[in-house]
Amino acid sequence: QKVSVEELDHLEHLALVDFRDLEGVERLQKAIQFADQLHEVNTDGVEPMDSVLEDRCLYLREDDVTEGNCTKDLLQNAREKVEEYFVAPPGNIPLPKLEEGDTFLQGS
Amino acid sequence: LAPWIPVVGLEIHAQISSKSKLFSGSQVQFAAPPNSLVSFFDASLPGTLPVLNRRCVEAAVMTGLALNCSINKKSLFDRKHYFYADLPAGYQITQQRVPIAVNGSLSYSLCIDNKMSQMVTKTVRIKQIQLEQDSGKSLHDDTRSQTLVDLNRAGVGLMEVVMEPDMCCGEEAAAAVRELQLILQTLGSSQAVMAEGQLRVDANVSVHHPGEPYGVRTEVKNINSLRFLAKAIDYEIQRQIEELENGGTILNETRAFDSKLGCTVPMRDKEGKQDYRFMPEPNLPPLILYDAKSLPANMNHQQVINIDWIHERLPDLPSVKREKLVEQYGILPEHSFTLLNEDGLAEFFESVVKQTQMKPKKVIGWILNDLLSYLKEHSLTVKESPVSSFLLADLLNLLEKKEISSTAAKQVLAKLWKGEGKTPLEIVKEQKLELLQDQEELEQICQAVIDGQENE
Repeated sequence: QKVSVEELDHLEHLALVDFRDLEGVERLQKAIQFADQLHEVNTDGVEPMDSVLEDRCLYLREDDVTEGNCTKDLLQNAREKVEEYFVAPPGNIPLPKLEEGDTFLQGS
Repeated sequence: LAPWIPVVGLEIHAQISSKSKLFSGSQVQFAAPPNSLVSFFDASLPGTLPVLNRRCVEAAVMTGLALNCSINKKSLFDRKHYFYADLPAGYQITQQRVPIAVNGSLSYSLCIDNKMSQMVTKTVRIKQIQLEQDSGKSLHDDTRSQTLVDLNRAGVGLMEVVMEPDMCCGEEAAAAVRELQLILQTLGSSQAVMAEGQLRVDANVSVHHPGEPYGVRTEVKNINSLRFLAKAIDYEIQRQIEELENGGTILNETRAFDSKLGCTVPMRDKEGKQDYRFMPEPNLPPLILYDAKSLPANMNHQQVINIDWIHERLPDLPSVKREKLVEQYGILPEHSFTLLNEDGLAEFFESVVKQTQMKPKKVIGWILNDLLSYLKEHSLTVKESPVSSFLLADLLNLLEKKEISSTAAKQVLAKLWKGEGKTPLEIVKEQKLELLQDQEELEQICQAVIDGQENE
């Protein structure tokens, strides 16, 4: 099932990252400016908060073996297996380097 | 030509010695059937969450204290993202912002010019210690162009110990790592056996001219013994110097050590800079540790880790053990190093000393020169020694009571190595090695020799 060019254009419109279209770029810049208003708040001396759960207690588990030993269950959804190993492609396949001006879109 | 200053820093990953993993209850064990020690969390199945293992935190605190670190009473967990088949979640849970321990130091000793009698003490700063997950194992099958993945190791607890670039060569790095290994084994926080992947070392190497800023550094990985660590670092230093002297440049890259060729080569999968997109781990609140002062009154004991309680129970570190051996037995400092360097040797020595009247200063010679060289020759550990401390003490007693000469003692020892089950006394009698104490008998023998000479 290939993604059609129309669907791709639609997605680009939604994401506002169509840099071929000047209007899109302007819209993106305005969005960034809007978000930059966060910098107007003075946060000197205020510790950043990562989560509203920061005051919760971090539960510590006793060092006991309570799980594992479920090789069959784990491998049942693997598309490919070899003697109880998962099979993956060899190493990391880097994306091909693009020439300037190229995109991954076909027909554009 | 201006001199080069090599700079070496180390990132050491020590597998925590625990029954279960850092964030899940699956077992930690070397060499088990593939994917048999894997929980749903380790396989990163949706809906699973990390639950921190108390023992792993204690191991990290112990190690931090032993390395003179400040323990952070509040430390945080983060996600480090990268794609690899043996990292099923696509990220590793680590401590990038605020690790559990910082700003420590490690003292280690080196022999100058390979002479054990001239030892110099050096210090390396410990930047930090952080708790993090280990990844699974990838077996590369190049013939079928695929990778086989075993997740047994995925999620095992690691302590990453970061050593500042205070070292200057392979020898220093190996000595520092050896001392760290001994400390970890003494604490029991890690068994630190390099051959089983329980201790993995990556070296950061660069060179520069005095007075100039540090050069570009390379990271050297895939080192699995102390010997190769020294070799890899020294090779890389030389490679960089030659490259720069020939007008080339050093790339900030990751290289692997090829032990067969004795050189470093660029690593295939690590080209280009990685963007790890660090973010706070949203499923884990901050890790809070307490000490005697800050101990909360009405909290469940099991949920509280008291740094002071752990500190009070730290065993004697290797450096302290060595000092005690020197003080108690009057042996030389370099002797204490050799005793601690060989697993079980110090205990063997002390056991012999207890069972013999011979002075420890004399016993040490028999332990380090005779026993140890025999064990090395036959690649045996102290535990596997055919000569027990009891037998050796027995032999040394005969020598001490002047019933045999030291030459004879060495002969008996050689016989004892064969492990035929005979006692030293039995061997002495068999081979007629007893020292003659009878004055008259001695005179008769001497006279006979003189007479024999006269007749020629």
